[in-house]
Amino acid sequence: MLLIDCPWCGPRDENEFQYGGEAHIARPKDPALLSDAQWADYLFMRGNPKGRHRERWMHRSGCRRWFNVERDTVSHAITAVYRMGEAPPATAKPAATGDATSAEPRSSGDPGQWPAGGAE
Amino acid sequence: MSEQSHRLDAAAAPGRIDRGHPLRFVFNGRGYEGFAGDTLASALIANGVHLVGRSFKYHRPRGIVGSGSEEPNALVQLRTGERTEPNVRATQAELFDGLIASSQNCWPSVGFDLGAINDMASRILPAGFYYKTFMWPPSAWMFYEGLIRRAAGLGRAPDDPDPDRYEKRFAHCDVLVVGAGPAGLAAALAAARAGARVVLCDEQAEMGGQLLAHPRGVGAVIDGRPALDWASAALGELASNKDVTLLPRTTCFGYYDHNALALAERVADHVAKPRQFQPRQRLWKLRARRVVLATGAIERPLVFRDNDRPGIMLAGSAAAYGMRYGAAVGRRVLVFTNNDSAYRAALALFDAGVGIAGIVDLRPAASGKPVEDARARGIEVLAGWALTATDGPSKVRAALAMQLDEAGAGVQGPIRRIECDAIAMSGGWNPAVHLYSQARGKLRYDGAQGIFLPGRTEQALAVAGSCNGAWSLGACLAEGAAAGAAAAEAAGFTAASAPAPAAAEENDSPARLLWVVPSDRPLGEGGKHFVDFQNDVTAADIGLAVREGYKSVEHLKRYTTSGMGTDQGKLGNVHALGILAEVTAAEPGAVGTTTFRPPYTPVGFGTLAGRDVGALADPVRTTAMHGWHVAAGAVFEDVGQWKRPHYYPRPGESLHDAVNREVKAARTGVGILDASTLGKIDIQGPDAAEFLNRIYTNAWTKLEIGRARYGFMCREDGMVFDDGVTTRLAAGHFHMTTTTGGAARVLSWLEEWAQTEWPELRVYMTSVTEQWAVAAIAGPHARALLAKVGTGIDLDAKAFPFMAMREGNVAGIPARVFRISFTGELSYEINVPARYGMALWQALMAAGAEFGITPYGTEAMHVLRAEKGFVIVGQDTDGTVTPIDLGMDWIVSKAKDFIGKRSLSRADTARGDRKQLVGLLTDDPRVVLPEGGQIVAELKPEPPMAMLGHVTSSYFSANLDRSIALALVRNGRQRIGAALHVPLADRNIRVKVVEPKFIDPEGRRQDG
Ligand SMILES: [Zn+2]
Repeated sequence: MLLIDCPWCGPRDENEFQYGGEAHIARPKDPALLSDAQWADYLFMRGNPKGRHRERWMHRSGCRRWFNVERDTVSHAITAVYRMGEAPPATAKPAATGDATSAEPRSSGDPGQWPAGGAE
Repeated sequence: MSEQSHRLDAAAAPGRIDRGHPLRFVFNGRGYEGFAGDTLASALIANGVHLVGRSFKYHRPRGIVGSGSEEPNALVQLRTGERTEPNVRATQAELFDGLIASSQNCWPSVGFDLGAINDMASRILPAGFYYKTFMWPPSAWMFYEGLIRRAAGLGRAPDDPDPDRYEKRFAHCDVLVVGAGPAGLAAALAAARAGARVVLCDEQAEMGGQLLAHPRGVGAVIDGRPALDWASAALGELASNKDVTLLPRTTCFGYYDHNALALAERVADHVAKPRQFQPRQRLWKLRARRVVLATGAIERPLVFRDNDRPGIMLAGSAAAYGMRYGAAVGRRVLVFTNNDSAYRAALALFDAGVGIAGIVDLRPAASGKPVEDARARGIEVLAGWALTATDGPSKVRAALAMQLDEAGAGVQGPIRRIECDAIAMSGGWNPAVHLYSQARGKLRYDGAQGIFLPGRTEQALAVAGSCNGAWSLGACLAEGAAAGAAAAEAAGFTAASAPAPAAAEENDSPARLLWVVPSDRPLGEGGKHFVDFQNDVTAADIGLAVREGYKSVEHLKRYTTSGMGTDQGKLGNVHALGILAEVTAAEPGAVGTTTFRPPYTPVGFGTLAGRDVGALADPVRTTAMHGWHVAAGAVFEDVGQWKRPHYYPRPGESLHDAVNREVKAARTGVGILDASTLGKIDIQGPDAAEFLNRIYTNAWTKLEIGRARYGFMCREDGMVFDDGVTTRLAAGHFHMTTTTGGAARVLSWLEEWAQTEWPELRVYMTSVTEQWAVAAIAGPHARALLAKVGTGIDLDAKAFPFMAMREGNVAGIPARVFRISFTGELSYEINVPARYGMALWQALMAAGAEFGITPYGTEAMHVLRAEKGFVIVGQDTDGTVTPIDLGMDWIVSKAKDFIGKRSLSRADTARGDRKQLVGLLTDDPRVVLPEGGQIVAELKPEPPMAMLGHVTSSYFSANLDRSIALALVRNGRQRIGAALHVPLADRNIRVKVVEPKFIDPEGRRQDG
């Protein structure tokens, strides 16, 4: 159960949020000009880094705003939270993305979830 | 009522029980007496009862092994009737007057058990026996499983609903301390003195940990006074601090990310039943700035031949029964150990008046103070010896001992038989690193001690005491105090530098590690060396599994089921790893551990559910007209959280009778539907039209004010996401409708695109689903009905055409009237502010009487729309269907981009032979196809057959007097006119493929 620092509301439990996948994947300006392979890359291909990952979250049970989170996929430490449209923090170096094989099987089960019965 | 035959003398072993407060209880139908402060296990031991159950696989007689949450054997069925609970550890069940418990997993009785034949047949029940024996033929597994479950069955669930209530509590604290032994108490004191908000929890009823029951703690001296006096002063100080919450009887069972922890508080498990309004248990969901884990250590058994007889137990537990409960585990206790701690147990028992038959020590050169103390009391010590077998009809009555060879690989010399009525064994102590590991702390292996210790962690936690490998009382107190102060500092408080509580430091001699104690027979012959008592896994099973190739610790666990019982292998897991390492000639540290997962001990469903049961499980949403539907006798169906009328049966009518009547009325007279549940989103902003143009597949920028349009939304992969009618109310103002179930999803979808991709668009979305009540009237008399109630709107078909919206006063109520149709009939959807919904409905019903107005429910609505071939997203689509697959090319703009457009020209999406929406007509018009039925072109006598698709919607249409169906069929558009088949289990149905429009294909009726 992550503790996510919503840029508008402050720290809240993970189950108030909705995950939105990798951040900073802009929709192509003119999709018609893309090859099938290029479009498929935009549509389906996502990084799966072991380490720093920039991702989108939405505060579903709060302010309903989307924002970006930089999270370590191994330790689950959140190293930055920033608003849509803001540049990612310069100091933090994200792990190389696109290497889908780099993540080892997680050694300790599912990312922490509350036991059943949480607010959904 | 029987004498408490094994209760020790109060002067020698006072314990923590109240001898002036006897309690009666019943175990396996027989009455006994115990004292307040007893657990069920200690009370049974005080009465000389050791046989408490039968083992899972071999049905071997089993006794109490431990004294706490580690107990693998003493699982009982506690209480009777609606409160009965299986798998309760007798070692944790506090005794109350009138307690009733019974053994599980034995039939017909614990003393005479038919399943014990399994033990004699154990050669056919080796490791992995489930997988080998019962998997073929596949269909027989269900049969075998039933037999296995009945034979094994760990307890029974109650038949009646749980009468108790369970609560849930969310809490925050600066420092959570788990475990209230000496380390935990010292940590809580240090943190609380620094001003931190502290929660201290402990799974036992009384706080104090080893000070209550462990030979090292009982009788010890802390800061110059008796340890228990120190503990009660510490608890008094903590209790009087308003920033400290003490939670006894509370198990911290889950440690999740970012210091989120889950605790189960057993509020009223220790009494016959909760007081009025008192919860039975309470689930705490806690977020802590810092955590101190002071979870202690769990003693491990020795793996020797037939080490599972009743009466064979952990040495520390044997001592605990004597010192904490004043109960003797035997009159002549044999101690078997590889380390010093069992000597202290022996001394404590001896001093409490229990006879000690001797101490068998695996170490050839046993020495040091505990050894000398034992010898000084005249206790015989057999150093460098091992127990090679045990004997007894059920309970142990003797053990055989032999001298170990130098390597510890075999035994030699004469066999010595030692008479005894209990064996207290100790294979050392495992730090209770479960929570630490759940928190994804890395463990490190200490080869000298043969234990896993906390290593590195990324969470804001510290480990203190024997959980961290600190074995002496002084070290536990020092580590606890330091960890508590550091946790408070890290949480922003200033801890005064005060000396830690002081106690003696004692250094033990090293233990001798033998994962399997050899006997005079090869492993697996002539007896069993149990590693996992609960799941009946032996050392030989592990060897066999490794020989069969299960060398990974995770595979070994699943194949042998070692550590997979309700105790999760608290006693035997490290042994299993050690044996695996030995057999594979690896280091236990390299073998690694299996994953520790929550919960630490089993947690009841009631605890997890809390109050979210019954009517409180999920909110119920009702419309403004709900009361009318109830009064009209509607049968409701759940659509998401909404209650919607399914149909309105008249007396004597079945579902089909009612639906047939309702659908006819809508096509011949006038029907009325409560459509309030449709999702409604108010969209405003100068760029609203441009936004919709990007979201919907069709064009929106030129839609006139007051006109409505049907639209599809696709996901970026081109698949249909939702549909609905959206109306332009003003240049920058739209009213969008969505499917009932899709309302929240669509709003989120719009917000996501507006916020993340196109923040430059000035557009704002608001859910107005619950602000508007909607009555949809449909049928040839709809216009006349509207005219009769009065609207202030020119209802002429030219002035108010199809797909238009007009504002007016319907029956005197301000309304938006939409001329849209989900039935294909002349239809109006009248939207009024929700508080007027009932008034509108009543006015329409009253005025509609002369037209035979007929309320219809969702079933009739489905039939009516299917007659027209209108799809329902989520029923006729499944996330793999494009608008073109639905035959709706006309709704897909060629001129502009929209979400998902590019995907429609991907090679697979553009294929001509995709599954496409078609209509199906059965040869026999009376036969209604089952929804989900598979469709084939070529019938074969039996599966497999090449499947072309499936039936998505299927009804009997009273208006057509025949059945109709919609289906997704591969290359379906090309098959129109062809015959296909729907093979079922008992028959095959021949169908003809037709256009998916059964009534009024030109759409004249809705334009009327
Ligand atoms: Zn927020």
